[in-house]
Amino acid sequence: MPTSSTTDRFDSNFLKEVQEGSEQNLTRCYQCGNCTAGCPLSFAYDIPVNRIMRMLQAGEKHAVLSSKAIWLCASCETCTTRCPNEIDVARIMDVLRHMARREGLVAEPPVRHMWDAFLNSVEKYGRVFEAGMMANFVRRTGRFWTDADLAPVALGKGKLGLRPHGIKHPDEVQRIFARFREQL
Amino acid sequence: MSKQYAYYPGCSAMGSSIEYDISTRALCKSLGVELVDIPDWNCCGSTPAHASDHLLSASLVARNLAIAESMDVEGIITPCPSCLKNLKTTSLRMQRKDFHEKVESIVERPVRADLPIRSVLQTVVEHCSPQSIAEHVSKPLKSLKVVPYYGCIMNRPPDVMTFDDPENPTSLDRLMGALGAEVLPFPHKVDCCGASLGLVRRELVTRLSGRILDAAASLGADAIVTACPMCQLNLDLRQNQINRANGTQHSMPIFYYTQLAGLALGQSESCLRMDKLCVSPAKALQQVGAPAQEERAR
Ligand code: SF4
Ligand code: SF4
Repeated sequence: MPTSSTTDRFDSNFLKEVQEGSEQNLTRCYQCGNCTAGCPLSFAYDIPVNRIMRMLQAGEKHAVLSSKAIWLCASCETCTTRCPNEIDVARIMDVLRHMARREGLVAEPPVRHMWDAFLNSVEKYGRVFEAGMMANFVRRTGRFWTDADLAPVALGKGKLGLRPHGIKHPDEVQRIFARFREQL
Repeated sequence: MSKQYAYYPGCSAMGSSIEYDISTRALCKSLGVELVDIPDWNCCGSTPAHASDHLLSASLVARNLAIAESMDVEGIITPCPSCLKNLKTTSLRMQRKDFHEKVESIVERPVRADLPIRSVLQTVVEHCSPQSIAEHVSKPLKSLKVVPYYGCIMNRPPDVMTFDDPENPTSLDRLMGALGAEVLPFPHKVDCCGASLGLVRRELVTRLSGRILDAAASLGADAIVTACPMCQLNLDLRQNQINRANGTQHSMPIFYYTQLAGLALGQSESCLRMDKLCVSPAKALQQVGAPAQEERAR
C-alpha cells in the first residue's frame, strides 16, 4: 500500500525521461536560484522553479507533475536566459506539461482547456478563430468567459474575429494532427 | 536595393492586431523591404502547441517553412515574437536528423528548414540604419516621450533569437530616437506582461501588466511603444480591467512601433489604423502635431 511518503520516492526513469525529452543535462543545476529570482510568476507558484529543478534531480515525479507551477509558467524564457549553467529551463517546463498530460495529472485544468480549445480551432480551420475558441473554452470549462466585460470593446474595435479565417487547404493541417496522433 | 521576404503575418494579424499588420506592411513598403505573403500559411500553434507537444508544434511550423522554401526569397520575416520563437526554434531543432525525419513524416513534404528567419523589427533596423531612417522622417515625433516595451520573447532566449541584447535590447530605442521621439530608459522593457494567462487567471495578468503601466506612468511617459501583438492587446484592451484591479487610473496609449514609424514617415493616422487602439491615442497624437480629426473618427 503506498502511503503519502512513498508516492514521491526516487524514480530514476523520470529524470532520464525529462533529460531526453528536453535534451538538457539536469544534473548541472547547482541551485543558484537565478531562475526563481527572475521568474515573473514565482509569486503564484506552489513550487518555485529552482525547487522543481531540485525535485527533478531527486526523481520526485508525482509531486513535480502534479504541481500548479508548470501550468502557470508563461514561457517567458527569463529562467533560460539567466541560468549560469545554460540549462533551458523553459523547455523543461514544456516537457513537464507534456508529461503531466500523459499521466493525467493536470493541476490547472482551465489552462489545459484553453490550450486545447486553441489547438482545436487550428485543427479545424488552419488558423485560430478567436470567437470560436472562446466559445469552445467556455463549453469545456463550464464557466462563463471571465473576460466577458471585454467583449463589447473587442467587438467594437473588430478585435474579436466572429468569422473563421480558414485556409485553402485545412485538410493538410488536419492531416498533421491526425499523423501526429497516430504517432503517439 | 529591394529584397523579397516571405511574410508570415500570424493569426493575430487577421483580427486582434490588424493595425500591426497594416502598419507593418506600410513601413516595409516605404523602406524598400518587399513582403510576399506565404501562400495559405497556417497557424504556428503558438504557446498552446509547444506547451502540448514539441513534435506537433514543429510540424505546424514546418508546413509554413516548406511553403516558404518554394518561394524565391531572402528569408522569412514575421512581426509577432511568439510566431518568431516557434519558427526559429523549429528550424534549429530540425537540424537534428532524427527529429527532422519525424517532422517530415508528419508534414508529408520535404522541409529544408534552412531559410534565415527574422522579426520585422530586426529586418528593419538591419536593412536600414537608424540614420537612413531619420533621413526619411517628414514629421518627427518630437515632444513625445515613449518607453520601448519589447516584451519577454523578442530577444530571448538569446541562442535562438540571436538579435539584440536579451536583458537590455536597444533596437527599438534607437529606432524611436531616429524618428525624433524622446526615449525614456525603461527598466521593464523585457518583463513578462502575462498575456498567455489572460483568459484563465486574470489576477496574475492584472498584476504583471499593472506593474508595467505603473512604471511607464511614473517615468512620465506619454505612451508605450511595443513590437508584440500579445503585449499590445494585453496592455491596451485590458487597461480598464487592470485599472479596476489595481485601483489605478492609467490612460496610457499603447502604440505599435510600426504605427509611430509610419506617422513620422508621413503616413496618415487613418492608414495606420490608429482608430483600432482601445485607449485613445488622441492626446499623444496631438502632441506630435497630428490633425485633430482623430476624435471624429472614433
Ligand atoms: S538558474 Fe540554472 S543552475 Fe540556477 S537554480 Fe535555476 S536551473 Fe539551477
Ligand atoms: S519561463 Fe516559466 S518558469 Fe521560466 S521564468 Fe518564465 S514563467 Fe518562470
